[in-house]
Amino acid sequence: MSVFINKDTKVIVQGITGGTARFHTKQMLEYGTKIVGGTSPGKGGQEVEGVPVFNTVKEAVEATGATASVIYVPAPFAADSIIEAVDAELDLVICITEHIPVLDMVKVKRYMEGKKTRLVGPNCPGVITADECKIGIMPGYIHTKGHVGVVSRSGTLTYEAVHQLTQAGIGQTTAVGIGGDPVNGTNFIDVLKAFNEDPETYAVIMIGEIGGTAEEEAARWVKENMTKPVVGFIGGRTAPPGKRMGHAGAIISGGKGTADEKIRVMNECGIKVADTPSVMGETLIEVLKEKGLYEKCKTH
Amino acid sequence: MNIHEYQGKEILRKYGVTVPNGKVAFTVEEAVEAAKELGTQVCVVKAQIHAGGRGKAGGVKVAKNLDEVRTYASEILGKTLVTHQTGPEGKEVKRLLIEEGCDIKKEYYVGLVLDRSTSRVVLMGSEEGGTEIEEVAAKTPEKIFKEEIDPVLGLMPYQARRLAFNINIPKELVNQAVKFMTGLYNAFVDKDCSIAEINPLVVTGDGKVMALDAKLNFDSNALYRQKDVLEYRDLEEEDPKEIEASKYDLSYIALDGNIGCMVNGAGLAMATMDIVKYYGGEPANFLDVGGGATAEKVTEAFKIILSDPNVKGIFVNIFGGIMKCDVIAEGVVEAAKQVGLSIPLVVRLEGTNVDLGKKILSESGLNITAAESMADGAQKIVSLVK
Repeated sequence: MSVFINKDTKVIVQGITGGTARFHTKQMLEYGTKIVGGTSPGKGGQEVEGVPVFNTVKEAVEATGATASVIYVPAPFAADSIIEAVDAELDLVICITEHIPVLDMVKVKRYMEGKKTRLVGPNCPGVITADECKIGIMPGYIHTKGHVGVVSRSGTLTYEAVHQLTQAGIGQTTAVGIGGDPVNGTNFIDVLKAFNEDPETYAVIMIGEIGGTAEEEAARWVKENMTKPVVGFIGGRTAPPGKRMGHAGAIISGGKGTADEKIRVMNECGIKVADTPSVMGETLIEVLKEKGLYEKCKTH
Repeated sequence: MNIHEYQGKEILRKYGVTVPNGKVAFTVEEAVEAAKELGTQVCVVKAQIHAGGRGKAGGVKVAKNLDEVRTYASEILGKTLVTHQTGPEGKEVKRLLIEEGCDIKKEYYVGLVLDRSTSRVVLMGSEEGGTEIEEVAAKTPEKIFKEEIDPVLGLMPYQARRLAFNINIPKELVNQAVKFMTGLYNAFVDKDCSIAEINPLVVTGDGKVMALDAKLNFDSNALYRQKDVLEYRDLEEEDPKEIEASKYDLSYIALDGNIGCMVNGAGLAMATMDIVKYYGGEPANFLDVGGGATAEKVTEAFKIILSDPNVKGIFVNIFGGIMKCDVIAEGVVEAAKQVGLSIPLVVRLEGTNVDLGKKILSESGLNITAAESMADGAQKIVSLVK
């Protein structure tokens, strides 16, 4: 089991004829992901890596039976692509594109109200279920199948956490990058809920960063609802206020969104927070041992 | 992106938001000329810098005649203002706004901002104008009123009206206030603002609703479709290193420490600063070279880090995912040769092609300290710069 995606998930790639998309289509196919089609307006009928290209998402879905899409379309056109995917009634849309204007995302979120589609991202590395399905841009080989879920606002910090786990012999179920933008489709709570319901996931690492209050809200949700241990990390303890730290959403403004406040609330809600990014894996292992879950999570 | 108050007012005027008449001045003579043209009894000389708190720092003066305009203009122009938003080094004033004085009856606060938890733009208002909204939120949160805006409908007149009544705008001026807020919202959406704050909004003796100050910030991701806003960019208000970095699509932010950091990914870059600090060092910068870094980008990143005279050592922390470690290693070696690196360099590589990357570094003949992990690297660079 896993969350959001598995070995049977059929995926289309939006913007498949672009350079980045071509590269990652190949990578995803090599990982074993069922990429069944792609879209690129005006290029219907072509093939990329042996995958058929369609003019519209609707056409691609009708022809292939895809239930998920991944978007590599440039920022000025990305909001339109998300809405096209939602309109085609896909279950899952993962948007990798970064630098989408925030007011475009405000409209996207409004349009998605009441629709069945789940959006992950934008500005995210994607979602991967180890050894089954990789949708996005993460390096596949660092992941191993196991029982820990990972959810994060940062791409490279997700890789860091997954790598530490794999090195320590702890496999993962699914790693979900929710993205570094202030307005995104799936938030921490959505992913934590899914992990809580997934019988194969025994524990979760949640990686946040400065800006907004999503980590605090998630921590309170964990305290009330989560039956599995959660450990955390927050990036940006040393970030100065008022400066955007790379991610559009990573900014301390009006005294809100500091790392210290997030860590305080997480601790209060029973989430052990790693002191440094180097010990995210170790911190989880300590907690697994405390809860008697270590042996069950050890993969070799 | 930030712009000056006078520029913000120029934009707002086009959207039907009432602002006082005023002119920008770059010299004392221009200031006096501007005051003459305004022809009002009293005018206000306002320092134009990209930071709030100007009044308290002596950057805003009320002049009762042209002589006073001259005196205040010469006093403020060239002065370095230190406010709670400038940092201790302050900001030098290079532009003034000369504005007609007005008879203020009462000050209010009105602002538009993105509410991240609802993914909507929110209109906020308070009758505690003139003070910072964060302060009001902390002390008297019951005095802040909010209207969440549906992006399909835009700001509805009833919402603006309700807010105006809630913050006790005199009822004969409510319609003017509604027009004001509607204009402000239209400007916010049309121009891709990230913040639009009017503090204070004032009600005047002659019955006008006016923006006495205007703070507009813009979503940098939307500037590609806001060419006219981009023209307002004032490079003198920005850190030269940050400007240089933006040319190469590098995300760089200058800090006060002495350990330069070069990292891929924003999250990892923040975490790298944190771990340097954790082991007793002080990061000199945030620098994300991005996912698609080339040898050229790495070289430019090095040059920018080294242009900061405080930097006494560099920590490169890379988790190569799609970006291969050997490409980064080649970039590091090339850059170190080009710039003639003379300070300690610690490199931590992990991920795709890591062994190849490490080999390139060790065979380069350069004085590079290899690190096994992020923690190891942070400890090494901290001890090397001490």
